[in-house]
Amino acid sequence: MRQGSKSILLLAIVPIISWLSACAPQSPKPPATEQKELRLLYWQAPTILNPHLSNGYKDFEAARITLEPLASFDKNGEMVLFLAAEKPTLENGGLAADATSVTWKLKQGVKWSDGKPFTAADVVFTYEFVTNKDVAANSVGVYENIAKVEAVDDYTVKITFKEPNPAWFLPFTGAEGMILPRHQFEQYQGAKAREAPGNLIPVGTGPYRVVEFKPGDTAVYERNPEFREVANLGFDRLLLKGGGDSTSAARSVLQTGEADYAFNLQIEPQVLQQMQTGGKGKIITSFGPLVERIDINHSDPNHTTPEGERSNVKFPHPFLTDKKVRQALNFAIDRQTIVSQLYGDTGKPTANFLVAPAAYNSPNTSYEFNPQKAAALLDEAGWKDTNNNGIRDKNGVEMKLVFQTSVNPVRQKTQQIIKQSLKTVGIEVELKTIDASIFFSSDPANPDTIARFSADLELYTTGNNSPEPGDYMKTYTCQEIAQKSNNWSGQNFARYCNPTYDALWQKSQTELDPKKREQLFIQMNDMLVKDVEVIPLVNRADAIALNSSIIGLDLTPWDRNTWNIKDWQRQN
Amino acid sequence: MGDVWRQFRRDKMAVVGMGVLAIIILSLLVGPLVYGVPGDEIDFTQASLGPSWQHWFGTNDLGQDQLARVLWGGRISLAVGVSAIALAIFLGVGIGAVAGFCGGVIDTILMRITDLCLALPQLPLLLLVVYLFRDAIKAVAGPEWGIFYLVIFVIGGLNWMPVARLVRAGFLTVRQMDYVAAARSLGASPMRLIWVHILPNAIGPVIVAATLGVGNAIITESTLSFLGLGFPPDVPTWGRMLYEAKDYLDSAPHMAIFPGTVIFLTVLSINYIGDGLRDAIDPKTR
Amino acid sequence: MNRYLIKRLLISIPTLIAISAVIFTVLALAPGDPLGEFATNPSLTAEVRENIRKSLGLDLPIYIRYFKWVGAFLQGDMGYSFNSRSPVSELIIQRLPATLFVVGSAYIVGVLVAFPLGIVSAIKRYSIIDQITTTLGLIWFSLPTFFTGLLVILLFSVQLKWLPSMYDSTLEVRDWASFGAMVKQCILPVGVLGLYQAARLMRFIRASVLEQLNQEYVRTAYAKGLSGMRVIFRHVLRNALIPVVTLVALDVPGVFTGALVTEQVFRVPGIGALLIDSIYRSDTPVVMGITFIYAILIVLFNLVADILYSLLDPRVEY
Repeated sequence: MRQGSKSILLLAIVPIISWLSACAPQSPKPPATEQKELRLLYWQAPTILNPHLSNGYKDFEAARITLEPLASFDKNGEMVLFLAAEKPTLENGGLAADATSVTWKLKQGVKWSDGKPFTAADVVFTYEFVTNKDVAANSVGVYENIAKVEAVDDYTVKITFKEPNPAWFLPFTGAEGMILPRHQFEQYQGAKAREAPGNLIPVGTGPYRVVEFKPGDTAVYERNPEFREVANLGFDRLLLKGGGDSTSAARSVLQTGEADYAFNLQIEPQVLQQMQTGGKGKIITSFGPLVERIDINHSDPNHTTPEGERSNVKFPHPFLTDKKVRQALNFAIDRQTIVSQLYGDTGKPTANFLVAPAAYNSPNTSYEFNPQKAAALLDEAGWKDTNNNGIRDKNGVEMKLVFQTSVNPVRQKTQQIIKQSLKTVGIEVELKTIDASIFFSSDPANPDTIARFSADLELYTTGNNSPEPGDYMKTYTCQEIAQKSNNWSGQNFARYCNPTYDALWQKSQTELDPKKREQLFIQMNDMLVKDVEVIPLVNRADAIALNSSIIGLDLTPWDRNTWNIKDWQRQN
Repeated sequence: MGDVWRQFRRDKMAVVGMGVLAIIILSLLVGPLVYGVPGDEIDFTQASLGPSWQHWFGTNDLGQDQLARVLWGGRISLAVGVSAIALAIFLGVGIGAVAGFCGGVIDTILMRITDLCLALPQLPLLLLVVYLFRDAIKAVAGPEWGIFYLVIFVIGGLNWMPVARLVRAGFLTVRQMDYVAAARSLGASPMRLIWVHILPNAIGPVIVAATLGVGNAIITESTLSFLGLGFPPDVPTWGRMLYEAKDYLDSAPHMAIFPGTVIFLTVLSINYIGDGLRDAIDPKTR
Repeated sequence: MNRYLIKRLLISIPTLIAISAVIFTVLALAPGDPLGEFATNPSLTAEVRENIRKSLGLDLPIYIRYFKWVGAFLQGDMGYSFNSRSPVSELIIQRLPATLFVVGSAYIVGVLVAFPLGIVSAIKRYSIIDQITTTLGLIWFSLPTFFTGLLVILLFSVQLKWLPSMYDSTLEVRDWASFGAMVKQCILPVGVLGLYQAARLMRFIRASVLEQLNQEYVRTAYAKGLSGMRVIFRHVLRNALIPVVTLVALDVPGVFTGALVTEQVFRVPGIGALLIDSIYRSDTPVVMGITFIYAILIVLFNLVADILYSLLDPRVEY
């Protein structure tokens, strides 16, 4: 018995550890019961509140509550002012006639949440911080064509570009333009940037200020007493909770009512419908630039060069370079079914590569689901089933495709639907799924990445992340082709190359007339779509679940959903 | 061997378990041939239907027949579950037995290697293994068998450590018992000592580990495919079916009930077989 | 015994060095990219990516990174997270209370349920109680925790509305009301995880008690007229504990790394959730930190187990 009790010692270790942990110090918090509280649920939890150092969009959502840019854009692409006092135009002299510089007037009397005044020096500092190589900010792309940023006076900032810039309105606007407080980050300029306390508890000019932040778990916000419209704020306290998965996040809003808001949901319509019967909340969608598309490999993934490179541009794809075959694929895919069964209200079938802002969404294109036409086109191209194995072939080549995408339930179902459709027209498809962290990795050594494209077709989503689509349209230019020679760093995964397209893109970069630029981008889109160089499937909405009593949301694809959180209220 | 079988047959529950498992295996082998409905045909007009004469187990959200999928995917699930655990047990018993029997330096080395394997982070390791070996093994064994071997190798390779620790612990106590010492003094060879005298007395926890392991391996296989490491997404293994059903638990519970039940029945019957086997092997009960 | 202990502790040092080197290499070679989410972001150019990688120290050769890590670790510094840019140790400390509390309690529940049921079902083999615990235990074990977790949420949170489905880490126990809230939010995760552990442990306890019941010394003890309970407690349990101790020693370090699925299902901000997020986002310093602490615990508890063997059964020698 004596020795038996010793063994119980081991079992006692567990309770002791957990008992100790219960005594661990926790920061004091005010009682939350009587306060007006908003509970935000992020299944992808924010891990840092300095957007310029973040590695993911979820951080922008959380940071945007407390940090503001000079201006942003609403769903129509119209400018909305935040820290700027007026929109720079040719008329008010803010914008230079040749678009080589822009001068912003700032709002006066704005204060950071710690009471320090906001001035032009903060804007200049943000520029210096973001462009400092040792800081290694992710948002630097927007600021690269700037020659200098100077404070003309305390409330005037002048940005001079290296060359005429039709996209002059991007720096310091939208989610990538959030202004950092100089006094909080000054000491941490350079390689020390990661040690800045402001990365976790930033001081901001926005409606709510961060009081507590546990990366990957919770963030607590309170009213910012210095905020311009503090009296109109709808809540005393915001509780942002992270973790879990998309479906359970929706459930917490729609069925149990434990949260008021959940973002970035991707849930099948049947499941959502069932949840909405809970009656606690509703689904709100915001259609933006995101297009779920199938990239077509124009190079041969099965040909390996002596250096071991697959999908090299020197070896064109044996049949996907044939326009008729690509058209056949396009006819064989049933966008309508994919949308109605897998996306419901959160997606719209589309034929276009560029869909937003609305003015850029080409009216000249269309899609059609027609397996007969698909089969006819394949016959015409000489692909017939000569050996009666159910698969078309030509010159001894079987029409087999490898179709890859990231691991994601909706994508796997899309894959299965497409596989079945292509089977009926005589094309065999092998499905391949890759963990998202690998598929979307830029690691040049891994053959399974989106850029290496060791398959015939691949499915993913992207879009222009500002109302200015120049960077996005650039992805199909020849210089962007991802190859071993550039460590697969280009964004042109399809390895499409067409000098006519390149010429159009070059033209768009110097064209200052907005109407003419619009036409150029539509022309580029039409080229890609009509020749089926890419198969756009679904224009995907950002879907959020919202408690029925919350009002005031105004979603825009060009900024994070929390951009107007000052207007959110709970209706009684 | 005949002794073992005679003893085994006396255990009613073990025989029932054997029968159930035989039925499951038989239906997996013959079922798809008899039951003519294809499991991969998508038909949204038939989506999420409950069990009926047309679809005995109902249909899933894509309108695919669940019974056909259970039968088709079950071959893989069961084969993976049993082979992977067989591998894990083989490795675990081998390493544990040698360490426990020899002791000393060999024990130290083997157990520290076990510590190392236990400490390795499984997920990054899996990603690495697949990244390094998938194409190589596919080239050798072909795309389907390649993945099959890889999955078995991975699951087996990650589950032998507890078995080794259990077997070694058993050996440490049993090897000092009187009858082992007696056998040793009579000049029994080490192999015979391990196989006949020590192992049967330390096998109980191993059989439990194997039983529970099969269920676990069936689920783990599906986890692997969510990482993009396992079988393609259109192969309906039991674990994957269960996972896909989770969002439909309140609207279409039948999607979960059937795959869940077959996994449970498999584990339960293996459990009773294991239980009976343990008694049959145990020299003391003979 | 003391000599053995010292020897083992000394061997632990090279073991841990080897383990750290292997883990580090695996993590460094494993595919993945901290900037994955921005892969298709057209405004993030190749130079920007390269510069960010450089600032994270990913441009250095693996062995240099490893030696830098070892040097820092010996001074108690586990580096900075790629994602949150805060020290790894701080992140772990933030998550520790919830992990130990929820996963630890679940383990205690598991052990408390498993012991009596396992012993009873071994002694009363094939009785009703044995059949019921076997069947229920195996049902609970056959279903993965992502599934059972969801099931109890649908039942107790959605339908009955008795218990919350979400763990609130800002909740602080100050009075009876908040204590009640704390207990309420723990019931589901602790229940799901605890019963899963219990189902597993119970099978092992049952098997090892059964094994002892047939041993000669037990028969002898009964033959000598000792009472059933006495024999069970004095002889059977002590020997039957050896495999159980082995398993518990393997499981206890797991309390530290948490229960990844259960933590995700109930949004418990534990170390398991941190680990899985960090793996998916290739946040290597965090993964390395957690994994290596886990490795230390593994080595330590296996040592504890080895020592307990010889305390439980004096015949065990090394």
